[in-house]
Amino acid sequence: MQHDQDGIGRRLVHGRGMTRVVHYLNQFFVGQGGEDAAGSPPNRIPGPVGPGRRLQQLLGEDFEIVATVHCGDDDASGRPDAIGEILALAAEEHPDLLLIGPAFTSGRYGLACARLAAAAADAGIHALAAMHPENPGLEEAGSAPVVASGRQAREMGPSLEALARAARVVAAGDALTAADGSIGRARRRVVRASQPAAVRAVDLVLARLGGDRDRTEVPLPRFDAVTPAPPVSDLADATVALVTEGGLVPDGNPDRLESARATRWLRYPLQGLDELGSGAYRSVHGGFSTVWANADPHRIVPLDVARELEGEGAIGHLHDEYLVTAGNGTSVGNARRFGMEWAEDLRRSGARAAILTAT
Amino acid sequence: MVCNLVSVAARVGAPRIVPARGIPYPTGDPSLSPDQERRWRRRVVQKALEVLTTPVTAPTVFPIEGADVG
Repeated sequence: MQHDQDGIGRRLVHGRGMTRVVHYLNQFFVGQGGEDAAGSPPNRIPGPVGPGRRLQQLLGEDFEIVATVHCGDDDASGRPDAIGEILALAAEEHPDLLLIGPAFTSGRYGLACARLAAAAADAGIHALAAMHPENPGLEEAGSAPVVASGRQAREMGPSLEALARAARVVAAGDALTAADGSIGRARRRVVRASQPAAVRAVDLVLARLGGDRDRTEVPLPRFDAVTPAPPVSDLADATVALVTEGGLVPDGNPDRLESARATRWLRYPLQGLDELGSGAYRSVHGGFSTVWANADPHRIVPLDVARELEGEGAIGHLHDEYLVTAGNGTSVGNARRFGMEWAEDLRRSGARAAILTAT
Repeated sequence: MVCNLVSVAARVGAPRIVPARGIPYPTGDPSLSPDQERRWRRRVVQKALEVLTTPVTAPTVFPIEGADVG
């Protein structure tokens, strides 16, 4: 087995050798547990585990998943050293290729997968991650290859097929393209153009003058620009609202807020309340362990200290209700709508500023 | 915005960001005693209020001074 170290266009393995694969999954997909195990540290299991078994079948006999490295989502996304430790566990297996995920739209898992792919690329380890194009972690993969997966775990089958197909492309030393399901940032490659830059530039100017506004050699990423609101000048007179995506609702979830992929937001009264009683409120968010939030709801909606500060005159008035949704796998479209509706609702009711707590 | 995943918040354009200590408890810290935790929460909310009076032109992170101590 001979490895080729240089540049783009490299094949990972020449001849008939077996491609050694390490697979990364979170605590849930290795069967360690759900949110109760989200804080578990990086660890390694020999061979394929869980969805890795199906991935091994799809990859076929030219690939061998020699180990599965896993970590809890809280630990992997929240502890600064976690990604380095995960990568070290993978590197000890001397993989030709590190396959990561699929992470679907899971925020913490996606963030960990993207960071791991980027760290592996920096360390010279070939890596390929899979997640949904709307995963908030995607950007952190940098220029490491990422292939599109489905939105949710029930799309595991087709997502693994896409990952396996893309793994073949990467293992063959080819650049992953949009046709392969590549998402995220395009990788820079050196290619020979048919015309010198000056000729192409003049052609583009002529095209622009001819009314073509879209032609470009450098498509710019489209980000939503959020114009920051001007600062509040008179906090002592202003009404301030508490809003959250932490899924905190009255016990029993009377309005049936969705725990994932929420399509709605709700409002609950704070008027006359100084505290949110333990047991009277509950987080239904499906994306993190709600044990701490349920034990003390102020960990999500800080009514106790906000009321205290209102009493001291630090703010004019605390808004009479809090607005809430569960930000877990929420589509970008819905999230944008919630934000606009919240802003409009708060403005109409006279609130001048809002503190958004997010998990 | 008070949250733990600061880089995500900045990337999606949250203008004013106060870092929290953990994903599941933006305005808490269960490792502290109840009294200490309430003091910590007060500091987080006070910081958030201070930040609301601060002009920004782009996503800006406002760490809480001395955040390592309870």
